[in-house]
Amino acid sequence: MANSKAVQPGTDAIAAKGWIAAHKWLILRRISQLGILGLFLLGPLAGIWIIKGNLASSLTLDVLPLTDPYVLIQSVLAGQRPIQTAITGAVIITVFYLLVGGRTYCSWLCPINIITDAAAWLRNKLSLKGGATFSKNSRFWLLGVTLLLALMSGTIAWELVNPVSMVFRGLIFGMGMAWGIVLAIFLLDLLVSKRAWCGSLCPVGAFYSLLGHTSLLRVSAAHRENCNDCMDCFVVCPEHQVIKPALKEIPTGTGPVILFSQCTNCGRCIDVCSENVFQFDFRFNNTKTTSVANKHEVLS
Amino acid sequence: MKFSGKRRKFLTETARTAAGVGVAALMMGFYTRQSRALPADAIRPPGAIDEDSFLGACIRCGLCVIDCPYETLSLAAAGDDVALGTPYFTARNIPCEMCQDIPCIKACPTGALDHGLEKIDDARMGLAVVIDQEACIAFQGLRCEVCFNICPIRGKAIDLDYRHNARSGKHALFIPIVHSDACTGCGKCEQACILEQAAIKVMPLSLAKGQMQGHYRLGWEEKEKAGGSLIDTEDKHEYNLPSGSRYDYEGEGLIPGEGNDVPFSDNPLDTLNGLKEGM
Repeated sequence: MANSKAVQPGTDAIAAKGWIAAHKWLILRRISQLGILGLFLLGPLAGIWIIKGNLASSLTLDVLPLTDPYVLIQSVLAGQRPIQTAITGAVIITVFYLLVGGRTYCSWLCPINIITDAAAWLRNKLSLKGGATFSKNSRFWLLGVTLLLALMSGTIAWELVNPVSMVFRGLIFGMGMAWGIVLAIFLLDLLVSKRAWCGSLCPVGAFYSLLGHTSLLRVSAAHRENCNDCMDCFVVCPEHQVIKPALKEIPTGTGPVILFSQCTNCGRCIDVCSENVFQFDFRFNNTKTTSVANKHEVLS
Repeated sequence: MKFSGKRRKFLTETARTAAGVGVAALMMGFYTRQSRALPADAIRPPGAIDEDSFLGACIRCGLCVIDCPYETLSLAAAGDDVALGTPYFTARNIPCEMCQDIPCIKACPTGALDHGLEKIDDARMGLAVVIDQEACIAFQGLRCEVCFNICPIRGKAIDLDYRHNARSGKHALFIPIVHSDACTGCGKCEQACILEQAAIKVMPLSLAKGQMQGHYRLGWEEKEKAGGSLIDTEDKHEYNLPSGSRYDYEGEGLIPGEGNDVPFSDNPLDTLNGLKEGM
């Protein structure tokens, strides 16, 4: 029913499930994003050292090293041989995102996501339309550029401008002028182009989407037969092109699991659906049902 | 050649993206080159590999900064002169205390800080240079020696050279001399310098050090190596002296001729012509 443009997405879901249930994954994501940042800040601010460092590399409880594989690859391309600590840390992170979906990094960890979600929310609230469009492939080109620059310059060039690490590092070690980048990205997403940064430009997201290409944890339109075409999931989804095949292409035999690596596993579609179509699932639960009846048999 | 609508759209889109990304790449490339310039007063932590490699090896995690017990190290924030996210310190503010266990190197998860460096005395963060002899009060004949006394490797990295004070004629100068074979560049001397602006400063080695050509041999060192003089000491050393002047071998040295304040003519050609004529 929410085809009426005045109605905010999720209105039906709030009515059907209550506000908390209609924001469950959003709240959990914010707790995750702020909680992880909080754990990093606990050391410098309160002297409680659970995690040291930042997203580039960290040490948890003085034993567990974690290293961002993307920055390590750039370092190797820049001609440096990493030591064992960095390799171990990068392997742990790589395995983790291979399992839970690379772009889970984007929606459950990245601090910029809060900025761009806010811009998208306000853009929708203010009914701002149009603006420039960036190719969604730009991020892969930029990913290539960052790797090429590392190779050619012998330095980790991308880290001089990377807003993700700049902001996360800035909050722990001092922001300097990094607030300018935050504002720039917010205004870009609000006024210039919808979901421009995370959806089209960010090479960090591009890297993690490649990493999570075959990840086990996925969102599934498991109860797609219940879909009432309200379009709320399309409106809130930061990568809405990923939904349609899983949700709508039942006749072609497409399974209900969203297999696109661009899906950030943010779970917002699960939140805003009043019909409980979506759920977190594993990629192998992708039974290609062609009729509603079959679907129910498989589930029961 | 005619393109169908779909192919045309694809080519236009691709060209547009390529152009946009190309511009971004070019700007990032220029910025990368610019940000290699490290300000002379920004000093890298102990064990930092050479600056060009450092920017490829350091992943900007800040673990060295966190593990520095004296809060010496900072991580360059956005807008600082130092490459974003890399660790450095400013000696005049907080110098390196040269911890024996070097926690910053232990914390480094990459090879940006050389894990092979085991003794802090072997660190070469920079080199202290008595850069302004006009301001350093030791050169004016005043007692100070603060840089000498604060030096963690006192007597090796900085020692004092006692010189005659020619101005007063009866006092000594206590001149601080830095030795590059021992100075770690910790910056304690720069921080402790009592002047408004430090007269001794830690500089990057590349700025502070000169280097002789490889063929230079120092006579006195060669003599020691050979265990004796390498030339016939009976030969009297001869000088080509300007006309009118003479040389006192007993210690007074060059003595200008009558009525001359300086041994040489004002006209350099005279000297050259005199040499040619064998004087």
